[in-house]
Amino acid sequence: MTEEIIIAGFGGQGVLSMGKILAYSGVMQNKEVSWMPSYGPEMRGGTANVTVIISDERISSPILNSYDTAIILNQQSMDKFEKTVKPGGLLIYDPNGITRFPDRRDINIYSIEAADEAGKRGLSKIFNMIVLGGFLKLKPLVAPEYIHKGLEKSLPARHHALIPENEKAIELGKELLQAIHLVN
Amino acid sequence: MEELFAKPEIRKPENIVYKKTDLMVDRPLSYCPGCGHGTAHRMLMEVIEEMDITEKTIGVSPVGCSVLAYDFLNIDMLGAAHGRAPALATAIKRMWPNHFVFTYQGDGDLAAIGTAETIHACNRGENITIIFINNGIYGMTGGQMAPTTLPGMRSSTSPYGRDVPTMGHPLKMTELVAHLPGVYYVTRQSVHTPNNVRKTKKAIRKAFELQKENKGLSFIEIVSNCNSGWKMTPVQSNKWMEENMFPFYQLGDIKVDGKLIEVAR
Amino acid sequence: MGELRLMKGNEAVAEAAIRAGCDGYFGYPITPQSEVMEYLMAEKPFERTGMVVLQAESEVAAINMLYGGAGTGKMVMTSSSSPGVSLMQEGISYMAGAELPAVIVNVVRGGPGLGTIQPSQADYFQAVKGGGHGDYKMLVLAPASVQEMCDHVKLGFEKAYEYRTPVMILSDGAIGQMMEKVVLFDQIPRRTDDEIIKQCPWASNGRPKTRNHNIITSLDLDPAGQERVNLKLQAKYKVMEQKEVLYEEIQCEDAEYLFVAFGLSARICQKATDLARAKGIKVGLFRPITLFPFPSIEVSNVGNRVKGILVVEMNAGQMIEDVKLSVGCKIKIEHFGRFGGIIPSPDEVVRALEQKIIGG
Repeated sequence: MTEEIIIAGFGGQGVLSMGKILAYSGVMQNKEVSWMPSYGPEMRGGTANVTVIISDERISSPILNSYDTAIILNQQSMDKFEKTVKPGGLLIYDPNGITRFPDRRDINIYSIEAADEAGKRGLSKIFNMIVLGGFLKLKPLVAPEYIHKGLEKSLPARHHALIPENEKAIELGKELLQAIHLVN
Repeated sequence: MEELFAKPEIRKPENIVYKKTDLMVDRPLSYCPGCGHGTAHRMLMEVIEEMDITEKTIGVSPVGCSVLAYDFLNIDMLGAAHGRAPALATAIKRMWPNHFVFTYQGDGDLAAIGTAETIHACNRGENITIIFINNGIYGMTGGQMAPTTLPGMRSSTSPYGRDVPTMGHPLKMTELVAHLPGVYYVTRQSVHTPNNVRKTKKAIRKAFELQKENKGLSFIEIVSNCNSGWKMTPVQSNKWMEENMFPFYQLGDIKVDGKLIEVAR
Repeated sequence: MGELRLMKGNEAVAEAAIRAGCDGYFGYPITPQSEVMEYLMAEKPFERTGMVVLQAESEVAAINMLYGGAGTGKMVMTSSSSPGVSLMQEGISYMAGAELPAVIVNVVRGGPGLGTIQPSQADYFQAVKGGGHGDYKMLVLAPASVQEMCDHVKLGFEKAYEYRTPVMILSDGAIGQMMEKVVLFDQIPRRTDDEIIKQCPWASNGRPKTRNHNIITSLDLDPAGQERVNLKLQAKYKVMEQKEVLYEEIQCEDAEYLFVAFGLSARICQKATDLARAKGIKVGLFRPITLFPFPSIEVSNVGNRVKGILVVEMNAGQMIEDVKLSVGCKIKIEHFGRFGGIIPSPDEVVRALEQKIIGG
């Protein structure tokens, strides 16, 4: 099993930390992982993206140009990464801020109203966990107990009290997922 | 050679009035006859010997006339790249905090190419001793203009005299670092008369004692002659130093116990 | 098994230094490696092991702090990125000349000049051919993963002391910034001062009355003496060439074509190898892990069995010179590179193989 994922959005949406929690959870389940961020000036207010690979085997290139899954959180990222999803692959997006919806017919497409729902429930800070929940429903790469361990490792100790809330957000994400287009 | 100095029956321990410190290696110095370096070396080694801290002393020599200082000083030494002695000394002292660490640097080394390392080691208050030999010239490379060369003073790269509008002012590095809070003791001395030699030795002793007390950085400038570079006899050069260098680089304490000394300069 | 963590390459370097028993880190901030010192300062190794961490006023000061510390026998490390490492070249030359052990990490970014902060491999020549003045070499390790960033620090210190030489870890911005699973080796205690004095009888750390003074210097004004210094260094490099070569072969057994790449490029080529093999192209990958000493004999053994070699580097063609010197000119050897901070993609590499080697 190898899953190649791109997570892309604005800096500040928690793109990098979502990737880190996913990757750390993979480590806790003793999988091979890599987490490769775009870094540099563009991180500041511009787009941010991270490539996460989770595999049972040694990972070769941490840098890719096609992905099994793209998780897309803004329009610039949609424009850049929709076309990079492998045929038969998965695209998850939050419609908040999307003006041109994905139109590929050879991939599975889901939307998740995470930003909206997070705003309503006062969960804006863990909006990214709602999105992660949606992804994990479709690709349960890592078991929930390892997600818990991944959260423990990724979050500083002073935030450990918030882990149950993060886990609830992940569960919420699983409910919010909506199929837009399915290949089969 | 010894028989030249005294008859064997006179050479008894109780008759010894002066003895070269064992910490000076028994070999001829590479300095020009008349140069102050040898005396400065000897004062430094006498202090270390008297404090009995050879086993706990690490010295750093520069690039310049005293590049080979490590050949003459029988203590553990490191030869630094040009200007970088304070960086070496910083790391050494940080990792051997109970040792005594000093740098021995000339004006080109300390006040030109090594300005950044000097100022930052001083500003961090590294608990080391910097001994700064200022003779207003690059001696080793053949008498070029130094940051400390006086206005109008001739050198091989200021053959018509240092022209301040085009070549800049002489840099009083000692006064400059004295203002930094990390620096605890700053003094300017010379080694051209027995009286001055005694004062210099006292200053070096004080600096090493302060290291023991972890007081911060001690900075000792020794204004010295360069008879070769100045193209004078040793006697002429000492006279010239008194008449020209001392009015600009005034001798005496500049900062004591962490407090600047107020004098009319 | 040691402790398992998800870490950035830069963080792994820092943690490995603490665990290797390093006595002092001296550095100056520069992207993309500032996490090394940030991690160290946050981790407080001065409390964990007694290791000193100091932010220097410049890379020039940092490398000379390294020289000072190493000259007293202490285990010291610095890290920087390309422009900063250029500033360190003088100091590295002095350390090679004075035979001082230390680990220097270069998290390479694109150049020349201020260049970019994105990853590059354009400092191969500088690291391998002696970027400073004089005839000297360093052992150069090229990690291709975060795990190797960790392991090479430990290995680097071992070799630095074995040969009394500076060792460079030649990484890049991507490996520094990316996170991977790392198995951390257990803490090695820092040596006591007495152990250092015993292990490094050459070091200047205070003269006991039982011996003469030690002098750390790279200066010998007598040409005959300086020639002896040079001959001693060259003899040391010869031994390193015989004993210290490290490399990795991936799918080379049946290969008709060969990628040669180091560091991040090798990771990309590994993916490209899989992609090409899925298309029926039998290609293998040869990865030098030590860049000096270069695995000349080993690459030539594999190279002479294949029809063509593509050397893939994030530069305009540097390691290819060593590949050509090793393999000779009997078979086709071409270069594919992206530079200025661009990372080649695996399928771009496959296309280059098809166009430059197979079709060309």
